[in-house]
Amino acid sequence: MSFRVTHELHKRRFGRNLGLGIVLAGLVALVFGLTVVKVTTDDFRMLVDEEEAQ
Amino acid sequence: MSDASLQPEPTAAVPSGDDAGFRDFFALLKPRVMTLVVFTAFVGLLAAPVAVHPVVGLAAILFIAVGGGAAGALNMWWESDIDALMKRTSKRPIPAGRVTRDEAFAFGMALAGMSVIMLWLATNALAAAILAFTIFFYVVIYTIGLKRWTPQNIVIGGAAGAFPPMIGWAAATGSISLESVLMFGLIFLWTPPHFWALALFMRGDYDGAGVPMLTVTHGRPATRRHILVYTLVLAAMAVGAAFTGIGGPVYLVVAVVFNALFLRDAVAIWRRDEVMAEADNYKVEKHAFKLSLWYLFAHFSAILTEATLGRFGLGGWA
Repeated sequence: MSFRVTHELHKRRFGRNLGLGIVLAGLVALVFGLTVVKVTTDDFRMLVDEEEAQ
Repeated sequence: MSDASLQPEPTAAVPSGDDAGFRDFFALLKPRVMTLVVFTAFVGLLAAPVAVHPVVGLAAILFIAVGGGAAGALNMWWESDIDALMKRTSKRPIPAGRVTRDEAFAFGMALAGMSVIMLWLATNALAAAILAFTIFFYVVIYTIGLKRWTPQNIVIGGAAGAFPPMIGWAAATGSISLESVLMFGLIFLWTPPHFWALALFMRGDYDGAGVPMLTVTHGRPATRRHILVYTLVLAAMAVGAAFTGIGGPVYLVVAVVFNALFLRDAVAIWRRDEVMAEADNYKVEKHAFKLSLWYLFAHFSAILTEATLGRFGLGGWA
């Protein structure tokens, strides 16, 4: 097993890749937050309650 | 969403080699224009009579901003030829050679599609539809269709920039109402006097690029008359909005003061000729342009103040 030298392209594009990674992580967090809010709103609970009542 | 500005474009950091950096792609989104989009959409969202969950509100503002940015990127994709000719825009990522036209097109289209779909999922179909129409209007109707053909390009471009508060309002309420149309009208009618005042003292750039500005096609006296007429209509609408759901005593005071000041400048511009303007280096025109920046900020801040006071039972006329 040997360590491979990082390709020059990866060094050159590090800033761009890091920025994109942070943006994508932020998007994932936002979509997760949105999902939590959507499934805990009153509208959503009303639907669940109606199903339970039947 | 008109793209004239006094300030130079943000200088994107050039990474080692010829690759575009993260900042170059960010610059494609026209971040300075995006601040206006974010602020007015935020006010539209909060002025609406329906409370929105903070996370949903944050997502809505973010996706409206991304949609606006996507329109900016597609505008730069189409206009890279004239951007290269104008001093003000020659350092943008495409004319500077850091981003290719194909990259900008793919970037803009991807963000446009994503922002519309995500706004739909986060809020409702109407808000997403208005955002989609705004991007279409700015890119296809304004940038590709009419900007290089009519001296009314500023008026048409201003319409695209006027949609964000309406999208914010629709995101909260799922509807269009008189109040959201008035916020649209405020930006729509404000844009022409704002940019024509700039065009009067920023000469040359657009002429060289072959963009028909009113100052060139109809002359500078006609531009001065246009500024006055638009400012008169704007003032009537801005003060009238004080007596609707987005208005109140605070808004009324702000509207009366700023419209009086803006009208005073518009009348002064109308009464001047080029000899007088050149004698004092366009002092009045420059003052009107700077005042117009504060004008829009003050009106939307007043709407926001009324909405905030309303949460405590103090806003509006009730």
